[in-house]
Amino acid sequence: MSTTTVPAGPWRVSLAALRHNRAAMGAAVLFVLVVLACVAAPLYAHQVAHTDPFRSTISGTTTVDGRTVPLLAQSSTGLGLGVTPIGPTWDPGHYFLGADNQGRDVMARLLYGGRNSLLIGVSSALLCCLLATLIGVAAGYAGGILDSVLSRLLDVVWAVPVYLLAICLSVVLLTSGLHLGPVTVEAGSLWVPVVIIAVVYVPYVARPLRGQVIALRHREFIQAAIGLGASDLRIMRRDVLPNVLPTVIVFLPLMTALNMLTESALSFLSVGVQPPDASWGTIINDGLGLLYTRPAVTIAPGLAIALTAGALNVFGDGVREALDPAARLRGAAAVRVRAGGTP
Amino acid sequence: MRRNPIRSTTLVAASAALALAAACSSSSGTPGTRSSGGNGTTSGYQAAHQGGTLTLLAKSAGGTLDPQVNYTLQYWQLYQAMYDGLLAFKKVNGQASFTVVPDLAQALPQASNGGKTYVFTLRQGLKFSTGAPVTPADVVASFERIFKVSSPTAGTFYNGIVGADACLAKPGTCSLAKGVVGDAAAGTVTINLTAPDSEFVYKLAVPHASILPKDSPATDAGTKPLPTTGAYMVSSYDPNRALKLVRNPNFTQWSADAQPRGYPDEIDENFGLSVEAEVTAVENGQADWVFDPPPADRLGEMGTRYANQVHVNPLTAFWYLTLNTNLAPFNNEAARQAVNWAVDRAALVRLYGGPNLAQPVCTILPPAFPGHVDSCPYTKGGGTTWTAPDIDKAKQLVQQSGTAGQEVGVVVQDDEVNKSIGEYLQSLLTQIGYKAKLKPLSANIQFTYIQNTNNKVQLALTSWYQDYPAASDFINVLLSCASYHPGSDSSINIAGFCDKGVDAQIQQALTLGQTSQAQADARWGQIDQAIMAKSPVVPIFTPKLVDFLSKRVGDYQFSKQFYMLVDQLWVK
Repeated sequence: MSTTTVPAGPWRVSLAALRHNRAAMGAAVLFVLVVLACVAAPLYAHQVAHTDPFRSTISGTTTVDGRTVPLLAQSSTGLGLGVTPIGPTWDPGHYFLGADNQGRDVMARLLYGGRNSLLIGVSSALLCCLLATLIGVAAGYAGGILDSVLSRLLDVVWAVPVYLLAICLSVVLLTSGLHLGPVTVEAGSLWVPVVIIAVVYVPYVARPLRGQVIALRHREFIQAAIGLGASDLRIMRRDVLPNVLPTVIVFLPLMTALNMLTESALSFLSVGVQPPDASWGTIINDGLGLLYTRPAVTIAPGLAIALTAGALNVFGDGVREALDPAARLRGAAAVRVRAGGTP
Repeated sequence: MRRNPIRSTTLVAASAALALAAACSSSSGTPGTRSSGGNGTTSGYQAAHQGGTLTLLAKSAGGTLDPQVNYTLQYWQLYQAMYDGLLAFKKVNGQASFTVVPDLAQALPQASNGGKTYVFTLRQGLKFSTGAPVTPADVVASFERIFKVSSPTAGTFYNGIVGADACLAKPGTCSLAKGVVGDAAAGTVTINLTAPDSEFVYKLAVPHASILPKDSPATDAGTKPLPTTGAYMVSSYDPNRALKLVRNPNFTQWSADAQPRGYPDEIDENFGLSVEAEVTAVENGQADWVFDPPPADRLGEMGTRYANQVHVNPLTAFWYLTLNTNLAPFNNEAARQAVNWAVDRAALVRLYGGPNLAQPVCTILPPAFPGHVDSCPYTKGGGTTWTAPDIDKAKQLVQQSGTAGQEVGVVVQDDEVNKSIGEYLQSLLTQIGYKAKLKPLSANIQFTYIQNTNNKVQLALTSWYQDYPAASDFINVLLSCASYHPGSDSSINIAGFCDKGVDAQIQQALTLGQTSQAQADARWGQIDQAIMAKSPVVPIFTPKLVDFLSKRVGDYQFSKQFYMLVDQLWVK
């Protein structure tokens, strides 16, 4: 009886490499924990904190150490000017991270805000990568006029600073919504920031993909497919796309992190997620007026953004190393050099 | 008048009510405060304190420098030391600041011809900052210029001058040949009105009636300063950087009541810092005063660590919601009343900074204002003062009106306080059965945006501060048919409320004011209640003003009409 060893496929090899990357795995676990916490936001708000994070309760009260206290306390010293929301109580049932200036539970809003930030970050990254892949593959494979037109369009978008373009688009779309044929996005909808963020980052993904496709276009296997009479669509779908997919996958977590940061920035500037919806950016904006008295309102979402974006970046690096054999080789060579071996 | 961007202006009338307002004044009375006992008497000019540079801070500039066009408190406050009219509000501390005194005119005029004619004699030796003499021809030209530059109050304050109708119709060729008549030889100016106007003396004492050289441009002067008659003049103005005032070399004090000598040699108003940074600068002694309302999170610190530098004064003003009576759902009276029942005034007072900075109100006329009557038709359990909202009743009214589930856009300014109130309103409207959307707009455009009916604003948050002390400046200006101009950016009747019955009562009150101010004020009180029964607006609170000064500043004086007297501050 003879035994044959089937070599592991490239995907399996990459997955194994990723699994052995402790930093990437740690980041992935952290990201999953954040996602789970945010998914459980309604559970926390209704079953633990017993609060509605979207309703103003300015005249409300809560219980701290058995005492009933107002959510917004009037200053009782000096001239008695100003009103300060309750700070962190560290009691999950009673305003764990304190209240904002509307008397809303910051912890509950943080979790709900995370849902929107993650939703926008992931959705816009997917949409961006999808659009960028379509454009990059079409432009790189077709060449000629189509490539020129698409490339110049990408150049135009790239020429405008990302945030300036995003703010301009937001101001317009938040006023009138988006109406493109059968596609309608209402003003104030969460899809407005998703679409805007996806569009402004398309050139950043599409251009490297286009370059990769141009290189692939002249490879033997593509030429052979052309010689065999395969249609352009088939070649792009069966031969080109699988070869650029690892690059797209590498981009995905990195773009998610970048898009979350962009969403937070736009929401902070009041041109992203609109009230009563919350995101980490809007919560930071809410906390801006409380920076001196209740910094937790700003610090908590800031930390959440930093942790999540950091985790996605570390995980994204891990994915890149796992999917790019050259990167692995470069990494191994570097290790050998540091260890005194031959590169 | 609107204060830019948060506060605005005011008015008052009967002396009894004014005395009551004086009793309510709560200026903190720190060592640097001029003590005048509220009667306006001062201890005279103290030359030892003359000199130095007073540095003021504002987040942004107040727009055009033209005193006949600008309608912001930010510059009206500075105009007090720069421009003069025939009459002026007395520039003193306290209640006496509502008193009208002769300024460029020698004396207060006696109305003749049944209250339709006023004759003024100009003081001798008056000069503009250019050195040119002030003549009756300048006065005539200045009144015509009010119409030529389409002053914001041309159609409301000065439309009673003979010939004003034609000027309003064709501003470019305005001639008041029969309305404002100058006699160069006698040094007099005669103003003829089409009908008696008991408030006309007030209207002559505001900056829009400033006297300017007759060769002033017939268009908005913009950033180019016009010659002044007062103690100071503009030396430079860059709306992105600073406004600098220096002493007018041709000024000689003619009346300490109307235009007193100032103390600082130079007054600089610098623009561009955030309000947080402005407060820090004053705390550190790098600047002397902050124009903008202080941020909520700094109030506690200011009221404790810097209490001696803080002055809090009640204003004759109110913050209110406008409910568009011509658009669903608020074209339904029950729906409008529902909002009045639902709004928690105490909560909004908290958002403004707490009960020491604002007081809940139920009426259009602020407390202690002429015509004000204590009444509160929309408070839980009834009573004459507001105690609590009645959400259940509001929900019931929304259901009764058949408007439940409709969309309501809430238009507010995008600063911290306004946006917070907007978020509260959005939450509240959702709670009582509407689908509310918040539309925060830049303070620069929100006030004109909400006035234009083409923008279909259903509910807006705004504020009104008196121009001069009379009830008509609130009720007639804000809620009469004459103030409603569909399609215009200058339709100050934002609710679009036009009730023929109420309008007739307004005319009666205005007529009554020519013979008996007390009876007129009583009538204004009744009109206030009649309007509130129809609920086109939701009065929420009357604010107080916080002035935060640096440690070195002395001689703080608060005019109830134009607020802190900037040029009377000592920096030496």
